[in-house]
Amino acid sequence: MELYELTVHELLEKLDNKEITLEEITKSYIDRINDKEKDVQAFVTLTDKEALGKVQTIKERKTKFEGIPIGIKDNMCIKGTKTTCSSKMLENFIAPYNATVIEKLNEEGLVSLGKLNMDEFAMGTTTEHSAFKKTCNPWNLNKVPGGSSGGAASAVAANMVPWALGSDTGGSIRQPASLCGVVGLKPTYGLVSRYGLIAYASSLDQIGPITKDVEDSAILLNLIAGHDEKDSTSANVDKKDYTKALVRDVKGLKIGVPKEYFGEGINEEVSISVKNAIKKYEEMGAIVEEFSLPIADYALATYYIIACAEASSNLGRFDGIRYGYRTKNFESLKDIYVNSRTEGFGDEVKRRIILGTYVLSSGYYDAYYKKAQKVRTLIKDQFNSAFEKYDVIIAPTAPNVAFNIGEKSNNPLELYMEDLCTVPINVAGVPSISIPCGVNSEGMPIGMQLIGKQFDEETIIRAAYTYEQETKFMENYRPTFKN
Amino acid sequence: MSNQDYEIVIGLEVHSELSTKTKIFCSCPTEFGGKENTHCCPVCMAMPGALPVLNEKVVEYAIKAGLATNCEIASISKNDRKNYFYPDLPKSYQISQFDMPLCEKGYIEIEVDGEKKKIGLTRIHIEEDAGKLNHDDYGRGSLVDLNRAGVPLIEIVSEPDLRSSKEVDAYLKKLKSILEYIEVSDCKMEEGSLRADVNVSVRRKGSKEFGTRTEMKNMSSFRSIVRAIDYEAQRQIDVLEDGGEVTQDTLRWDDVSGKTFSMRSKEDAKDYRYFPEPDLAIIKISEEMKENIRKTLPEMPEVRRERYVKEFNLPEYDSKVLTAEKALSDMFEKANSICNNPKAVSNIIMTDIIGYLNSEEMEAKEIPFSPEQLGNLILLIDKGTISSSIAKKVLQEMFKEPKEPQKIIEEKGWVQISDEGAIKEVVIKILEANPQSIADFKVGKDKALGFLVGQAMKETRGKANPQMLNKLFLEELKK
Amino acid sequence: MAVSKEEILHIAKLADLKIEENEIDEYAKNLEDILNFAQIINSVDTENVKESIGTLNNVNVFRKDEVKEFEDKEALLQNATEQEDGMFRIPKVI
Repeated sequence: MELYELTVHELLEKLDNKEITLEEITKSYIDRINDKEKDVQAFVTLTDKEALGKVQTIKERKTKFEGIPIGIKDNMCIKGTKTTCSSKMLENFIAPYNATVIEKLNEEGLVSLGKLNMDEFAMGTTTEHSAFKKTCNPWNLNKVPGGSSGGAASAVAANMVPWALGSDTGGSIRQPASLCGVVGLKPTYGLVSRYGLIAYASSLDQIGPITKDVEDSAILLNLIAGHDEKDSTSANVDKKDYTKALVRDVKGLKIGVPKEYFGEGINEEVSISVKNAIKKYEEMGAIVEEFSLPIADYALATYYIIACAEASSNLGRFDGIRYGYRTKNFESLKDIYVNSRTEGFGDEVKRRIILGTYVLSSGYYDAYYKKAQKVRTLIKDQFNSAFEKYDVIIAPTAPNVAFNIGEKSNNPLELYMEDLCTVPINVAGVPSISIPCGVNSEGMPIGMQLIGKQFDEETIIRAAYTYEQETKFMENYRPTFKN
Repeated sequence: MSNQDYEIVIGLEVHSELSTKTKIFCSCPTEFGGKENTHCCPVCMAMPGALPVLNEKVVEYAIKAGLATNCEIASISKNDRKNYFYPDLPKSYQISQFDMPLCEKGYIEIEVDGEKKKIGLTRIHIEEDAGKLNHDDYGRGSLVDLNRAGVPLIEIVSEPDLRSSKEVDAYLKKLKSILEYIEVSDCKMEEGSLRADVNVSVRRKGSKEFGTRTEMKNMSSFRSIVRAIDYEAQRQIDVLEDGGEVTQDTLRWDDVSGKTFSMRSKEDAKDYRYFPEPDLAIIKISEEMKENIRKTLPEMPEVRRERYVKEFNLPEYDSKVLTAEKALSDMFEKANSICNNPKAVSNIIMTDIIGYLNSEEMEAKEIPFSPEQLGNLILLIDKGTISSSIAKKVLQEMFKEPKEPQKIIEEKGWVQISDEGAIKEVVIKILEANPQSIADFKVGKDKALGFLVGQAMKETRGKANPQMLNKLFLEELKK
Repeated sequence: MAVSKEEILHIAKLADLKIEENEIDEYAKNLEDILNFAQIINSVDTENVKESIGTLNNVNVFRKDEVKEFEDKEALLQNATEQEDGMFRIPKVI
């Protein structure tokens, strides 16, 4: 087995036993990147040489994670490194400060192999909206890796990084994790600091781990979770050790299955695969009950109104003055604003800014934005009452498996539907972990998500871990890198 | 019809900079001056990914201002984004408050020509200041400096209760006085820390409906505001008298020409797309928080004024003048605690100090010498070391260079001559030189004594003790 | 929900974006599609429901009024296309 195939906890074990060195690990990943990046196109910026340089200076590990490589989605600021959001707008932007999550990783001594491709400003579900490159799904290079953290999920699936940080506003960690057959965790809103994460939608954005297995997910969550005084929306909750939840036991666990998630718009193979997984839970001693979560039907519309409204304002700062793309075509100040923004943003970003501006504009605010915020209250309420009855809610992560690159790129609304299963979780602010639960007839991975109550990451980690240990998806299926 | 048939209706939106150490949403200093773009960080420069965190002092100060102006304090309040593009606004939205301000429904009492009037306050809310656009040396472009971006402001919105520029002047002075008393703002006009947007309309007397109003933005001197209102009200009356209609407009006041100019661009009406700021938490104000802030309120001007009449036996008028500005009032009290002569301190402040400030266009808080030095000056008069006319000269010196008055009179040789022998010599010398005056005095012309004293003062360059002079002249004349 | 050409241009102007004549129809159609889809929320009864503000129920998150200077001020200016004397240069503002 090659080093790059190992999980982080396996690498740590071998390091502790002095079977391998940090330099061997990093070199293994560099070789792998040299081999596969041309096919997968996961990176916007590679910092693998710098990472190797750093690792070579380490004589003895001072902290457990010192010298462990990681990949970072390109919307998190790393001081002195290009942070582009996969946008022409930020093509040459060098971040002047570190995101809080980066500070935390630096304290532990992790080294970044590079910045990973994404849909521009995290707006998309295929990573096709990157201004720079189209990332391919390692399971089939003709297929999309999902999005917006498509670079992160495909890099983990292709073993080009051992693990990565993604961000999830409406499914951007879980959906690509599902399409690439890896594990993606969106923590409770507020558990991980957003400081230094370039905002798409402030009330929905959350950073989380994309990993090969559940154990690594818990380990990485330990590293990034915690209150941050630089983020007013960060939760002041006690620090937990999520690896303590890595227990194989779901006996008596109450699982709710919302029937709305298995109906219209959900691919049948996906539906069957997730239902089989739920059966498996029953066999393992969980108590499963179907229930109705009717408000979920309204979540997608609610999400797009709120997310785009916030985005239209968040993206106002990209004006070509202090940083970012500035048009060459200007005479007046207004030209700088309008032309820089028009030339610097891609079509999908502009579409969402237009929608967001519209729903906030005079005469429409009450009908769209205010109404959506009321529906949001109801969505939170329904999730809360569901969690009075259930410990975990299980649903498909994405309505479809990975589809062909270009297949849906002409119809924005059709692509929005890919977020159907994931957005209610962001709107409610609860945590959810996506894990692989099978493949379809074409051999493409299918994911399911385990949704928990606010700040109860432990329960979904335990449930996910139990299933994973029981079924050993990773041992049975591998990306093929075929066309 | 004439001007008398019209009523002027004015409402003000006053922006006052809060005197916190740091900006409203980041830990950068608010200090005035400093090299451009050095009081900045990723937050106030709106770097991608940076997030705001609210300064607790800003909330406290705004509530304090609300309590001092009889406002109701909200139990729940929030921040909102006001979206528009301008290069001094780096996020392209200003974090302000829209529909849930911290304070509402207050009032301020003003007094004009002896009549008291309550001016309603619609609201007080918190928001961030914008940056500054400088012009480059070559006239090719503008340069953006963000040192001011994120400096905390409160916006105090009045009801359209003001009816003349005189009332506006009284309102602004009162507001400034209150903010200074409660120490939430320095109100330094020259640094732009108090600015006002002025809404003016006119209507026929007796009319219930308001006329169309115009708005003059960002005015920072009380004098300009008064002039601008007088000009604009007259302009509107003239338009109506000519059978025209006032158009709703934003105007620019030009101090040099003394006229207002339309700033109307062909742009559509502004649509700021306000919505709740998702990066900040809700503000909840408990009764306890409110009461704790109330406890920090100092003695307000009206209360002080009454106390001065009772405690120091000062005339009503003097008390009013002294307490109008906290800096003067504080100076009075501290100086008096040194010399214990309230009437003398009051007199020197009311005539000499205020006179100096007015002639030099200075503000009371810019007075260079300390209240203790002023108190010592009065002590020197009371002890007979100097005369009150010398004291006036010493005070002028203290404005130029704040030294101990004792030191000034020593350096200048202004110590009063109280030695009876020395003064007697002068008296005899003057009497010898003015036989006519002696004759005049003897036939009952009392004025002659004044003349002789004056001559003696001249001879001693004001240093002779006047009481002693009087006494010795009388003695000699009666011989 | 029909979106007129004027409306699309007005919204673009509020957002400081330029939509070319030949793009108007497509932008209008995309906006119409999503607005029609979003109409679904109007069928939710929200009588007496308060709108959400934020995601968590965080209240009173404040910072002490203590100066902390950002250490790397150079880095804050390095990304500007045009600067002069430590300031960002823009065309003349009247």
